[in-house]
Amino acid sequence: MSLLRVENLTVALPPGADRAHAVEGISLTLEAGEILCVVGESGSGKSITANAVMGLLPKGLPVKSGALELLGQDLRGLASEELRKLRGDRMAMIFQEPMTALNPLMRVGDQIAEALQVHGAGGNAAARVQELLAAVNLPDPAAIAKSHPFRLSGGQRQRVMIAMALALEPALLIADEPTTALDVTTQMQILRLIREIQSRRGTGVLFITHDFGVVAEIADRVAVMQHGRIVEQGNAAQVLNAPEHPYTKALIAAVPKGAAERDLPPPAPELLRVLGLRKTYSRGGWFSGRVSVPAIQDADFSLARGETLGVVGESGSGKSTLARCIVKLVVPEAGEIRFDGTDLRPLSRAGWKPYRSRVQMIFQDPYASLNPRRLVGEAIAEGPITHGLPRAEALDRARELLALVQLDPSAMARYPHEFSGGQRQRIGIARALAMRPELLIADEPVSALDVSVQAQVLALLADIRKKFGLTMLFITHDLRVAAQICDRVAVMSRGAIVEMGPTSEVFANPRHAYTQALLASIPGRGWTAPAAA
Amino acid sequence: MADFWRRYRRNKGAVVGLVVLILVVIMAATAPWLFPGSPWDMASAPFMPPGEMGMWLGTDSLGRDVAAGIAHGARISLLVGAVSTVAALSVGVTLGAIAGYLGGFVDDVVMRFTEFFQTIPSFVLAILLVAIFTPTIGSVVAAIAIVSWPPVARVVRAEFLSLRSREFVQAAEVLGKSRIAIVLGDILPNALSPIIVLASLMVASAILLESALSFLGLGDPNLMTWGFLIGSGRSVIRLAWWMSVFPGLAIFVTVLSLNLVGEGLSDALNPRLARGRA
Amino acid sequence: MEAGKLPGFLARRLLKAVAVVLAIVICNFFLVHAAPGDPASVMAGQSGAADAVFMEQLRRQFGLDQPLHVQLWIYLKSVLTLDLGFSHRQQMGVAALIMERLPATLLLTGAAFAFAVVGGVTLGALAAQRVGSWADSFITILALTFYATPLFWVGLMLVLVFSVWLEWLPSFGMSSVGAGYEGWAHVWDVAQHLLLPALTLGLFYLAVYARLTRATMLEVQDQDFVKTARAKGVPEGRITRAHVLRNAMLPVITFAGIQAGQLVGGSILVETVFAWPGIGRLAFEALLARDYAVLLGVFFCTSVIVVLFNLATDLLYAIIDPRVEVG
Repeated sequence: MSLLRVENLTVALPPGADRAHAVEGISLTLEAGEILCVVGESGSGKSITANAVMGLLPKGLPVKSGALELLGQDLRGLASEELRKLRGDRMAMIFQEPMTALNPLMRVGDQIAEALQVHGAGGNAAARVQELLAAVNLPDPAAIAKSHPFRLSGGQRQRVMIAMALALEPALLIADEPTTALDVTTQMQILRLIREIQSRRGTGVLFITHDFGVVAEIADRVAVMQHGRIVEQGNAAQVLNAPEHPYTKALIAAVPKGAAERDLPPPAPELLRVLGLRKTYSRGGWFSGRVSVPAIQDADFSLARGETLGVVGESGSGKSTLARCIVKLVVPEAGEIRFDGTDLRPLSRAGWKPYRSRVQMIFQDPYASLNPRRLVGEAIAEGPITHGLPRAEALDRARELLALVQLDPSAMARYPHEFSGGQRQRIGIARALAMRPELLIADEPVSALDVSVQAQVLALLADIRKKFGLTMLFITHDLRVAAQICDRVAVMSRGAIVEMGPTSEVFANPRHAYTQALLASIPGRGWTAPAAA
Repeated sequence: MADFWRRYRRNKGAVVGLVVLILVVIMAATAPWLFPGSPWDMASAPFMPPGEMGMWLGTDSLGRDVAAGIAHGARISLLVGAVSTVAALSVGVTLGAIAGYLGGFVDDVVMRFTEFFQTIPSFVLAILLVAIFTPTIGSVVAAIAIVSWPPVARVVRAEFLSLRSREFVQAAEVLGKSRIAIVLGDILPNALSPIIVLASLMVASAILLESALSFLGLGDPNLMTWGFLIGSGRSVIRLAWWMSVFPGLAIFVTVLSLNLVGEGLSDALNPRLARGRA
Repeated sequence: MEAGKLPGFLARRLLKAVAVVLAIVICNFFLVHAAPGDPASVMAGQSGAADAVFMEQLRRQFGLDQPLHVQLWIYLKSVLTLDLGFSHRQQMGVAALIMERLPATLLLTGAAFAFAVVGGVTLGALAAQRVGSWADSFITILALTFYATPLFWVGLMLVLVFSVWLEWLPSFGMSSVGAGYEGWAHVWDVAQHLLLPALTLGLFYLAVYARLTRATMLEVQDQDFVKTARAKGVPEGRITRAHVLRNAMLPVITFAGIQAGQLVGGSILVETVFAWPGIGRLAFEALLARDYAVLLGVFFCTSVIVVLFNLATDLLYAIIDPRVEVG
């Protein structure tokens, strides 16, 4: 008897959706002590599968047919009260967003105790809660139990969620993208924790993810989903190294390959030099003291013409602030930003204007980076028009650029909401290129995109960089992306650049302890995706 | 635009509201022809119940036609509602935009000022202002505008604050656009929907506020208003219920239709064209 | 917030409250000076303006021959020692007049507020539980109606129906004149008089709270932590009570603070309609007599009440929500 058996599961989508079924004809099994990764891009139906097992589907998405069995018991036939009793007891779930998954008004310990109480195991809850918190490696369980969620970091909250899920030693743990919202080092700790607990207790884990690195790190078996169907299923080594289905092959081919040996570009004159840059944020009101948080501390680096420098770091490391300081979206309080010999920092708004065409930026969120009320053609042309190019010429240039970023010229007269995320990111790139910049600052340009789209946008960036001889400052949290596209990398931690050097050198011989920890945390670092067949 | 109407029409209440509102506007516009002469003049015997002697809605204690009073009162109510809303909007949008776009110290100062105006009992302040500056249509409009702008400022500030940090506004900065061009071209158009919806609701609440002031005897003594009619009927309600009931119904119908139009606007403007991820 | 931080929080909020009260006093001062005519005649009001001796006394008392900042200082000092001036018409100190009327107003607004909050939250929670149920339609109609009806007219219509036509309830005053009830009989008598005005004042806010509660509960129901609770097998009833309702109360508390001023303003209209002997009625009488000293006093006093009420809601919010930062 399998721990979990899903047979021919079909879940309907509400009428008017882009397809009839959220998932269709899904079959999979999970044995005790096994980790099954369900992997796919957004909208593939992987989360729906997980929620169907838990009986947590929203009302608009009913299970239409198929069988769901947990330990031989038919879940679909159960009354909702019976199903409730199983939830939290025999099967438990953890979610993607640890920041919002806990009740903000309730102490952490009480929330774990609640899981025990509602299943009649509330006796001695206080002691049990502390045991559980200790079991997920949280320091000082007594203090944590008394804290409210907002006091804890994302990683700590995810540990609390795991402790809560494990409270009644369930046979099945469903983890729905549990590390996606976390920084890479925290992600690795959580993955290890799940692995450790799972092997110690023999729990079966259904692990939902979009990241093949995570799959390589943790999976025993893999099921790949596309458009609501499972297209390939098998054991991890086989699927990762010898994928059969074309979609799996494409997905794996799109995974950034890591640090390839690359020739450093020939020495070139310096375009940008940043010296002693400093930025401190302060907040507080009239009736309370001010708190200062250093965002960037004495950053020094230089960029040669035609070079790409990657700035990598985790959230809060100051890498985005650094990018924004260079284009004066954030005003630093000290330092020099020497661009082609001129210090840009003291320049006024008017003094900056000539440099606006020479330094451009592309942004992270393709859904937020285009004005929803402006036609795409206008959006691309408005920069050059602002700088005095006649309107007709600017629109011609916009049309050429749309072709360059592989969009149809008809896009000119459409609004941003008619495009997908990847297409919008191309529009954003065209808008920046319309200014004919020398320096392009890219702030996490691919982190909001699915992996296959990510690969296309990265290829486009590499292409235009070569074509226009662009110098690029590339901000990313993803080390694999940095390794693929950057000549040199700078590693940031807590507002400081802790290490900088040629990409292959930093990846092969990291000197700073933080860089070493960061590299050791790349999920699936022992696995290299096979070249596309 | 066609899209907007299609979505607006889907809300049946909003369509009814719009029709009623247009009728009220027509009534106000044609009052001098429907009821020639001054609404203050005696038209019949005092305290005539509705329907008698050609007075559909009856007469008041001085024999004035209640229907004529309502028709002429509509002019004042709509005028005061519209003008004070425009005034409150211009103050609120300006302050909110400055606070939200500039942020920092300016934001702090403007928001403390706004908070202060929201804390004090606004109706009491309005009474005080009209009483001290003597009741005229000007002082009534000014008083209503002074107590109505803070919510606008808060909404506009919140919108500007969130839009200012949106990446498309940052992109506009990086393109080198001027501040005015960014505020007018990128931020304001995306903040317009809530302002429009709020404006329709503000006209409604301004009409209510005006009626309350004139009910208390703080209306312009030369102008016939709905609130005045109800106020004068209050002491004789046992004798002549119609004197208070009909003007009140007029207020109810007008304000209700404005609120329905507001909901319709909100439905039609909100499919989050402005919010991306639709 | 953590209990240990409460005193600091309270101190800072008090400081802010004092700042607001000071600003109100200054606002009053400039209103008097901005008014057309001599400040003394404004302070004296219509009835007092004829009395030359009284006017002279006012001029001396407020130092009207001195520079503006000195006048402001004198005015501030007198208000802060709770000297709100003298009503020539009533031949009484304004502060004493207000204190005499305050309990009636507090009773009325308190009753209306309690009715609105308890009724509104209950109705809103019911409506959110079953979207499209009777409670849902009821609050939609209630809200639409009361958003569009002038408060004073609601009062008049209630009088018309329940006092004039049905003769069930008294239509004015706080107690039966000359009845001389005592003990529980008196309480019952006041309660009967209170019913219509409290309903009038409370119904609008009941609709507001119901809609707000419904909207926030629907929003909270969709949040991740509710799904977490469901995933750990918490029964639905407990999810509503322990997770949804508690979080949904936060916006309701915030709103209660914001609309406190409106509630007090509304009480002027309701007290006028029902001849309820509170400060609203006092303000109306002062209005008829153009007794500005009393009007300014009422404005000051109602503002202070609102500031105190805001202080209470801030404190309640901070106790419920641990995330409130000190400041």
